[in-house]
Amino acid sequence: MSAGIPKAAAECAFPNGGAVSLESVPALPLSALTAAATEARDRQKGLIALLPLVEGAASRLLLLLSDPSNGHLSASSFRLEGAKEWPSITPFWSAAHLFEREIFERTGWKPIGHPWLKAVRRHRELEADGDAPAHPFLRAEGEGVHEVAVGPIHAGIIEPGHFRLQCFGEEVLHLEIQLGYQHRAAEHLLETGTPARRLAVAESIAGDSAVGHVLAYCTALEGLAGTKVPLRAQAIRGVALELERIANHVGDLGALCNDVGFLPGAAYFGRMRGNFLNLLLEISGSRFGRSLIVPGGVRFDIPPDLQARLLGTLDRDEPQLEDMAKLVFSTPSVLSRFEGTGTIKSAAAVEFGFVGPTARACGVPRDVRSDHPSGVFQFSHIPVAVAEGGDVMARATVRWLEVLRSLRFVREQLESLPAGALRREPGAPRRSALTVALVEGWRGAIAHVVITDEQGAVARHKVIDPSFHNWFAVTLAVRRAQVSDFPLCNKSFNLSYAGHDL
Amino acid sequence: MLQLFKTRFEQGKATVAFPFVEKLAERFRGLPRLLPNLCKDGCRACADACPTEAIRLAPLRLDLGACLFCGLCEEACPEGAIRFGEEYETSFRTREAMVLDGAEARLATALDARMRSLFGRSLKLRSVAAGDCSGCAAELTALGNVVFDLGRFGIQFVASPRHADGLVISGPVTANMRAALKLAYDAMPAPKIVIAVGACAISGGPFRGSPAASDGVPPDFPVDLYVAGCPPHPLALLDGLLRLLGRIEGATNGA
Repeated sequence: MSAGIPKAAAECAFPNGGAVSLESVPALPLSALTAAATEARDRQKGLIALLPLVEGAASRLLLLLSDPSNGHLSASSFRLEGAKEWPSITPFWSAAHLFEREIFERTGWKPIGHPWLKAVRRHRELEADGDAPAHPFLRAEGEGVHEVAVGPIHAGIIEPGHFRLQCFGEEVLHLEIQLGYQHRAAEHLLETGTPARRLAVAESIAGDSAVGHVLAYCTALEGLAGTKVPLRAQAIRGVALELERIANHVGDLGALCNDVGFLPGAAYFGRMRGNFLNLLLEISGSRFGRSLIVPGGVRFDIPPDLQARLLGTLDRDEPQLEDMAKLVFSTPSVLSRFEGTGTIKSAAAVEFGFVGPTARACGVPRDVRSDHPSGVFQFSHIPVAVAEGGDVMARATVRWLEVLRSLRFVREQLESLPAGALRREPGAPRRSALTVALVEGWRGAIAHVVITDEQGAVARHKVIDPSFHNWFAVTLAVRRAQVSDFPLCNKSFNLSYAGHDL
Repeated sequence: MLQLFKTRFEQGKATVAFPFVEKLAERFRGLPRLLPNLCKDGCRACADACPTEAIRLAPLRLDLGACLFCGLCEEACPEGAIRFGEEYETSFRTREAMVLDGAEARLATALDARMRSLFGRSLKLRSVAAGDCSGCAAELTALGNVVFDLGRFGIQFVASPRHADGLVISGPVTANMRAALKLAYDAMPAPKIVIAVGACAISGGPFRGSPAASDGVPPDFPVDLYVAGCPPHPLALLDGLLRLLGRIEGATNGA
C-alpha cells in the first residue's frame, strides 16, 4: 500500500477491471504532471496510457498507471488551461513517447520538448507526394553510411509497415519504424457500432490475439456493469487465452527456426501450432477462438466428452512438443544464431516500459496474470517465466517456458472445471465512469480503457495493444547489429501491426 | 544428428490428403444453409443479432461476403432457418453469388481456358495485407506449412509482385495502404488475377463504414475469386484456389 506517501488525493486507485466514477479521478494542475510522471518512473510503475480527455470546454490529460508492487491501477488527470500544450514527459520517461505523439496527432495538443514529434498512424503527409514528408526520418550521414528502406509491403505474407535502417556497411546505426498502414479506426467503431459489431471489432483488433482483446473488452464492460462472471465461464476463458498463447509461441518458435535455416524445427513447430489452433476450433468453432467470449461469460461450454478429447490431444502432443524443443535448443547452429543476437538491456526494458515476453526476456518479471490478476487468474496462478540476457535466445526461452506453464494450467483447468452457468448478462453500465481492463495476451499487457457519459453510453474507448509499448524494442534490438539479423530480431518479438495501428 | 532422425521418425506424415480430408471439428461453422420457408412473418431475430448486417429479410437472404461465421444468427433464430454446415467450401466468382437464398450455393467455377492454360499448373501469388488483423494472413501463411502444403498443387507465394500471376488481398483496404496496394497491382505483369480473402476484403467485414478504410477491395481491382470467412479456414482457401484453376468442380465435397 502507498502508506507514508503524502499523495493520497493525487490519484484514485482501483483493481484491474474495476470501475470508478469520473468525478473521483483527481483533476490536478498541469504543474503536477512532471512530479507524478517522475514518481511513477522511479517506482517502476507501468504506464497503461496517457490520454486526452475533453469535457465541454475543459481539457485534461488522463494518466493511467499500474503498480505491480500492490496490484493497484490508478488514474489521475492534469488540467490543460489556456494553450493546449504541456511540458513533455518523454525526455525523462521514455515509456510515454508514443502516447504523447498519439495525443498530438489526435488533438493537435502539443507536448513541448518531445524529442521526435511526428504522426503515429495517420501519416497521409508521407503518402501525398511520395517524396516530401512533413516529418522526415532520422538520417545518418557520412562516408560509407547508407540507408535501407523496407516496406510497407514486405517479402512474406505479413502485415505492412515501413522500416528505415541507417547503416554503416553491414552495421545498423538506427532503425526508425513508421507504422499506421493498418489503421482502420477500430476505436471509432468501438465507440459507435452496435453491441454485436463492437464485439466483432474487438476480436479483429489483432487477429492472432482475438481471445486476449475480446477478453479485455468484455472485462471492461463487465467492470462498468458490476457483473460477476460465473466461475465456469472464467475457467473456459482462461483455457482459451492460454491456448492462444501456446499456439502463437509454438508458431513463433518454428518461425525463428525458419529464420536461422533450421527447417525441421520450422516444419514441426509450424504443424504443432495448427494443432493448438484446432483445439480452439473444437471449443469455439474458430481456429482463433473467435465467437467464444461474450460480455458476461462465454457462448460455448466444454462438456465432458470435449474435455476428454482436449486432454487426450494434449497427452498426444505434449511429448512431441518437448522432443522438438529438446532438438531445437540442443542444435549448435540454432544456438549460435540465437545467442547474443538482438540484445536489449534490462534497464532499457524498464525505461521504455516494454511488456510481456519482451520485458521478461530482459529479466523484468512483469506479467498481468500475477501482478494484476483478474478472472480465473485470481484463483489459479501461473509462475512468471523470466530469462536473462535480452537476446533472441532469451525471448525464445521465455516463450518455451510459457508454453510449458500454460500447458500445465490448461490441463489443471480442464481437469477441474467448476460447475455452473456459462453466462450472466451484464446490466446497465455505470454512468460517467472510467474502467481499465488489463489482460496478459501472448505479446504482453492488452489494455482496454472505457469511459461512459452521463447516459452510460461509451464516450471513449481506448485500446492499447502490447505492440504499442514494444515496437521500440525492435529498434533497440537491431542497433549495432548486422542488417541481415533484422528479420530474426523482428520475428523474436513478432509484434502486431494491426494492434498498434488500430 | 541421431536426435534429428528420431524426431523426424516420430513426427510421421502430417500432410492432409486434400480434398479427401477428415471431418473438421463438430463446432466448425462452414457454409450455411438457409430455409426461408421456416421464417415467421415480422421476425427479425437473425438480422438483429448479426454484427455486420449481412442478413436481409422477407425473403431471407444472407450475404456471405459480409458474414463472419460467428453463428449468432443461427443461435438467435427460433425456427432453425439458418444452419451452419460442415462444408468448408466458401469461395465464389462473383459478389452476387455470395448472397445465399436457400438454393444450392453457386460455388466458384474455373477461369477461362486461356487463363487455365497459363496458370493451371503453376500459379504464383503475391499477398498484400491492407488492414488485415492478421487472421487472414495467418491462414494464408498456414497454407505453406506441412499440413496444407500448397506447393504440391503448383501454387506458391512469391516475394515480388513482378514474379506474381495473382494478387491476394486481405483486410478492408485502409486509406494508408491504398497507394502501396495499387503499386503492387500495377507492378504485376498481365494477365493477372485478384483474389479477395476474408470478410474485410470482400465487404469491409467488421470494419465496414470505417472512416479510415474502404469497404473492401476497391473497384479498380477486378476480383476473380472471393473466399468468404473471418478468417477462411486454410482448406477453404485451398478449395477456392483449386476451383479457380478447374481442378475441383461441381458441388461441395463435404468436409
